Amino acid sequence: MRKLALNDEILLKIEKPARYIGNEVNSVMKDKEKVDIRFAMCFPDVYEIGMSYLGIQILYDMFNKREDVWCERVYSPWTDLDKIMREQDIPLFALESQDAIKDFDFLGITLQYEMCYTNILQVLELAKIPLLAAERTQEHPLVIGGGPCSYNPEPIADFFDLFYMGEGEKVYDELFDLYKEYKNEGRSREDFLRRAASIPGIYVPSMYEVSYHEDGTLAAFTPRYEDVPAQVEKQVVMDLDHVTYPKAPVVPFIKATQDRVVLEIMRGCIRGCRFCQAGMIYRPTRQKDVESMKEYARAMLENTGYEEISLSSLSSSDYEQLPELVNYLIDLCSEKKVNISLPSLRIDAFSLDVMSKVQDVKKSSLTFAPEAGSQRMRDVINKGLTEEVILEGAGKAFEGGWNKVKLYFMLGLPTETEEDIKGIAHLSQKIAERYYEIPKTQRVGKCQITASTSFFVPKPFTPFQWAAMNTEEQFLEKAKTVKQEVRAQVNQKSIKYNYHEADVSVLEGLLARGDRRVAQTILAAYRNGALFDAWSETFRMDAWNQAITSTGTDMNFYVHRERDLNELFPWDFIKIGVTKDFLKREWENAKQGKVTSNCREKCSGCGAAKFGGGVCYEG
Amino acid sequence: MKVRVKFSKEGAMKFIGHLDIMRYFQKAIRRAGLNAAFSEGFSPHMLMSFAAPLGVGITSTGEYFDLELNGSMSSAELTDRLNAQMAEGMHVISVRKVPDGKASKAMALVAAADYTVTFYEGKAPAGEWEKQVEAFLNQEQILVWRKTKRSEGEKDIRPWIYKLEAAENALIMQLSTGSVHNLKPELVAEAFYKYLGQEPQPFAWQVHRGEIYADLGDENGRKLVTLESLGEIIE
Repeated sequence: MRKLALNDEILLKIEKPARYIGNEVNSVMKDKEKVDIRFAMCFPDVYEIGMSYLGIQILYDMFNKREDVWCERVYSPWTDLDKIMREQDIPLFALESQDAIKDFDFLGITLQYEMCYTNILQVLELAKIPLLAAERTQEHPLVIGGGPCSYNPEPIADFFDLFYMGEGEKVYDELFDLYKEYKNEGRSREDFLRRAASIPGIYVPSMYEVSYHEDGTLAAFTPRYEDVPAQVEKQVVMDLDHVTYPKAPVVPFIKATQDRVVLEIMRGCIRGCRFCQAGMIYRPTRQKDVESMKEYARAMLENTGYEEISLSSLSSSDYEQLPELVNYLIDLCSEKKVNISLPSLRIDAFSLDVMSKVQDVKKSSLTFAPEAGSQRMRDVINKGLTEEVILEGAGKAFEGGWNKVKLYFMLGLPTETEEDIKGIAHLSQKIAERYYEIPKTQRVGKCQITASTSFFVPKPFTPFQWAAMNTEEQFLEKAKTVKQEVRAQVNQKSIKYNYHEADVSVLEGLLARGDRRVAQTILAAYRNGALFDAWSETFRMDAWNQAITSTGTDMNFYVHRERDLNELFPWDFIKIGVTKDFLKREWENAKQGKVTSNCREKCSGCGAAKFGGGVCYEG
Repeated sequence: MKVRVKFSKEGAMKFIGHLDIMRYFQKAIRRAGLNAAFSEGFSPHMLMSFAAPLGVGITSTGEYFDLELNGSMSSAELTDRLNAQMAEGMHVISVRKVPDGKASKAMALVAAADYTVTFYEGKAPAGEWEKQVEAFLNQEQILVWRKTKRSEGEKDIRPWIYKLEAAENALIMQLSTGSVHNLKPELVAEAFYKYLGQEPQPFAWQVHRGEIYADLGDENGRKLVTLESLGEIIE
């Protein structure tokens, strides 16, 4: 039997010891003497969150298919264990072998949201790896980042040896082969990194020099050596039908946030909402073959024993074979007594019919994401959902027996006016009115409308990357306006309003839009005790405020100013296929309230067609 | 058909709590391709019931749950299929057919259990404690401070200790278990320390459950039989 890294005394003292013992069904054990590369795959948040993430399951399966690689997992120790590990000087370990991470060849860290950045430092520190890449030596693992936040890697560039830009299925083999070569020949870390920088999609921060203008904006971003490419190309898998996908994902013992089989049906989104980073960086939209999806659904259910299955994509309603797939799943799941958890589908006759078959109408709620309260604002953000469509969908649903509606909005969008803000309350009211149009005898009690707002963060590689972000005070003022307007509605008792924390959102803006200098702010915040910033129970704004002050970080410069059209951005060296010219055009269209067609209606020439497939070549 | 599954839970699996073990078996049963019976409704659940929850940190070689199955399959095949799905530390010992009906439900039957409390190195009571076990047990009353859902106060646990013996670095006990009088082995060990005039060190022992029994006796006395023996092997 495996020897655990933590003793019984510790494991019985901490919350949920199952987070740290490994041994889960479908986890992979190998003989460490028989592999060349040991890879620790990390999601820098607590186990239950990290285990819910599909990307790691894909790479874990893919890496372990190689005989010469053993990929294991590691997550952020929760605060209780964090304290014990520091007190007792226990090095961070991987779940499978329970061996110390510091002896691995690679530590891969997935970057899913900015608010996990201090957790990266926690993982490095507990693993006894120097926080700064510049201080690491031959004996330390290579720290590689990937995932959506690596599309602006600069604020955390100092902490990583490399980043992988794009979809992991593409060039990891090349990277591993190169690493083996370098290891066998006993060549230096620097040597390896320099050669790795030439692999398409691999970004090695230390191979680039950065200079700034007097006003603080970026002046130049240049490779240090001639053989290092000036630009890094996002990697995209064009043949999704033959790409590797885990038929037997790891099944946790404790309930993970996503505790079900997840079937990925599509990558990318045809919609082009102007605030959405995923909608741009994952272009072009590529659909997976429905027949293989059916096969995977069955195999994954049989190999995991999960009692629920869900579909994953950015917009499942745009998957053309959805009716065929869903009908198949309904049959399969009724045979296997498995629940289907439907992703947020566009509310129409088809989705309502499906939902009424797979869930208890009385208990479930409908979700709409109008994102903005007025049609004008929705045109600015290019969200193609109209009030008419929402009211029609809600009406049909109410007639079908539903009485709970969830609405998602954003506050602080570019060009936003008071009318747009109040529109959130007005739209909620209209939906409530639609409910009370149904004769009393045919409806079930009151309706419950929950309107939630998050605060808009302009993200890199979106048409809004030039936009200014609101201040915390502006956000809170706007939330107050919504609150008051909701209270002024006739059916206010049927409408509940929630809003996200404003201070965290502003920080997210700093971390999403920063440059290399922001690393010192993150480091200072971590030293001040910031950790698990994505959790409201552990988030400490004071630790961040102190760090911002002590490092002289200018929030106005990074977050609240509108950026010049000609400004060189820290992330401009990454080529995502979608061009900066297209983003500029879209920024102009936004300001004029001009809507852009979705990829299936009409190509807008975003640049993603250069990958040679997907929706760009449909029909 | 209702079957009774006997299993062991050892190694790292002792850190998995009771509810998670239930979820673990539900998935294992699906993976094993057993034709389990389900409740009706939008969220059907497997018809299974566990005999007696095992606390986190305790190992066992005598755990039980009952499971409703459609169709039939031999004990050997059921056992093999389940064992092909077990994580390290979990093992299915037997699968036997048991009569239907509430009275024969594993949970309702539980009357007693065997435990071994093994002292970690250097953490056994001081002195020749082995020789004191008999005297400890010969007391008329063993009073301990006990907190239950209903009340708190001094309780006599002596009637619920069916057996207590010293072994090498360990105490072996048979205790009343189940919904009527559920006596925990830790409580007995603590009372023994107290009797010796000693205080146990933190994390002094590992508790292991060896078997769970039903009581077929009457007012004249107990007749403990293992839950397993109430089932019959399916050929």
